[in-house]
Amino acid sequence: MPDVRVAGVGLTDFGRVPERTGRDLFAEASAGALADAGVDRTDVEGVFYGNFMGELSEHQGHQGPLMAEAAGVDAPAARFEAACCSGGVAVRNAVKDVRNGESDILLVGGAERMTNLGTAGATEALAIAADDLWEVRAGVTFPGAYALMEQAYFDEYGGSREDLAHVAVKNHANALPNEHAQFQKEISVEDVLDAPMVSDPVGMYDACPISDGAAAVVLVSEEYAEDHDVDAPVAISGSGQGGDRLALHDREYLARTPAADAAAEEAYADAGVTSEDVDVAEVHDCFTIAEVLALESLGFYDVGDGIAAAREGDTTQDGDLPVNLSGGLKAKGHPVGATGVSQIAEMTSLLRGDHVNSEHVEDATLGVTHNAGGTVATALVHVLEVVA
Amino acid sequence: MSDEVRDAGYDDFFDALDAGEGYYVECDNGHGSLPPRSVCPECGAREFTEESLPEAGEIDTFTVTRVAMPDFEADEPYVTAVADFGPIRLTGQVRGVDHDDVETGMVVEPVAEKTETTGDRLLVFRPR
Repeated sequence: MPDVRVAGVGLTDFGRVPERTGRDLFAEASAGALADAGVDRTDVEGVFYGNFMGELSEHQGHQGPLMAEAAGVDAPAARFEAACCSGGVAVRNAVKDVRNGESDILLVGGAERMTNLGTAGATEALAIAADDLWEVRAGVTFPGAYALMEQAYFDEYGGSREDLAHVAVKNHANALPNEHAQFQKEISVEDVLDAPMVSDPVGMYDACPISDGAAAVVLVSEEYAEDHDVDAPVAISGSGQGGDRLALHDREYLARTPAADAAAEEAYADAGVTSEDVDVAEVHDCFTIAEVLALESLGFYDVGDGIAAAREGDTTQDGDLPVNLSGGLKAKGHPVGATGVSQIAEMTSLLRGDHVNSEHVEDATLGVTHNAGGTVATALVHVLEVVA
Repeated sequence: MSDEVRDAGYDDFFDALDAGEGYYVECDNGHGSLPPRSVCPECGAREFTEESLPEAGEIDTFTVTRVAMPDFEADEPYVTAVADFGPIRLTGQVRGVDHDDVETGMVVEPVAEKTETTGDRLLVFRPR
């Protein structure tokens, strides 16, 4: 199977720029990715693009061709939608397209404009990731859904809000030097515990912010990289996707994420590695409890044990397995359609050694990304390795 | 609501619950589901019967929502819970009990009520 290489990465700053349109954000990220790759835009054979709420925030459907145009690319384009892992699904389908020989060079990205909706509007828009009839009409918000999972976790396995506060503190510390991050601000455990509650037991500092932003990567075949002398030392060597029933109440487990278990198993097998080979991870911490569920699904911890990881320092910058060195969704921000691609961009930079936080993982050769949709009814895991 | 298009299955469920005849659907192999359902997601069975919804369920997990969507503005804060009724679980709002007194394992009954904000249908759990 042809190796898929990450030839270039591009990111906008994540944050609050309500006046910037999706096309404007994506143009910036894609220009960055194409420049970083050093490839000719006319070579690009397709655009795989992730976006979740474009109809609600911009009254814009049919975004594929719009975003290709914004990127200056004349090639077939399509949008992928899978809630908060829209970007991850775009990456996975692009990886498959290169592997099966259909394409040699693809522009893969995602963007989301959210803050123009305001807090109430964005809360309403995010909620459509849940079952409209049987969850949303009962008043389930996105933080509320994770609160249901968090409460179930506490009841089943123990742990406390203080344990989770350490996840937020860690990810804010990681974001401090990241110029793309929405929050470059240190916080304390007390700040997290004292913040207003959003949906008990989820507090404001347990939750990722509402963000605008875009991310893009250029994926090429190994052959294209060699023929065009493209410096692309990082490969996406494993890809996995898992699925589950949409509504939380229809699942066997309320405090576990089997879709991510399945995605991780598939991605590790695809790459021929195990969880023990992983040096660094970027995981979908839309809420602090989500990082815990991710660590367990990725096989780093047994079910019920992941909650202590940040508090005990395992996953901090100088821990055995640094997690979310970018700042994660929590502190870097979560423009939902961009997030899955942003994780690939951040991980590529971390492994290449040109990330502001690469110094914490100097010897790292293998990283994983974990991107989840809704209450993890969809999950994507990718394995990235330094191969050249 | 009468001039709006119904959601078949969903509105049928609420009509029945309102009439004291709550139901769920069950496939040949005994897997419970919410309507409408034409294929069982567990086993692929295509034959279903309507079965009586148990009158009591137990709260599996809950949350007090303090930042709501616009459609629930006048309802906040409110308690949302997932309750286990045996063959199926349901998500609804807990009413008739102080928010601080809601707990996992609490026994509740399902009732068809309306939201404060919009008057839309709302599945409510009341303590038994």
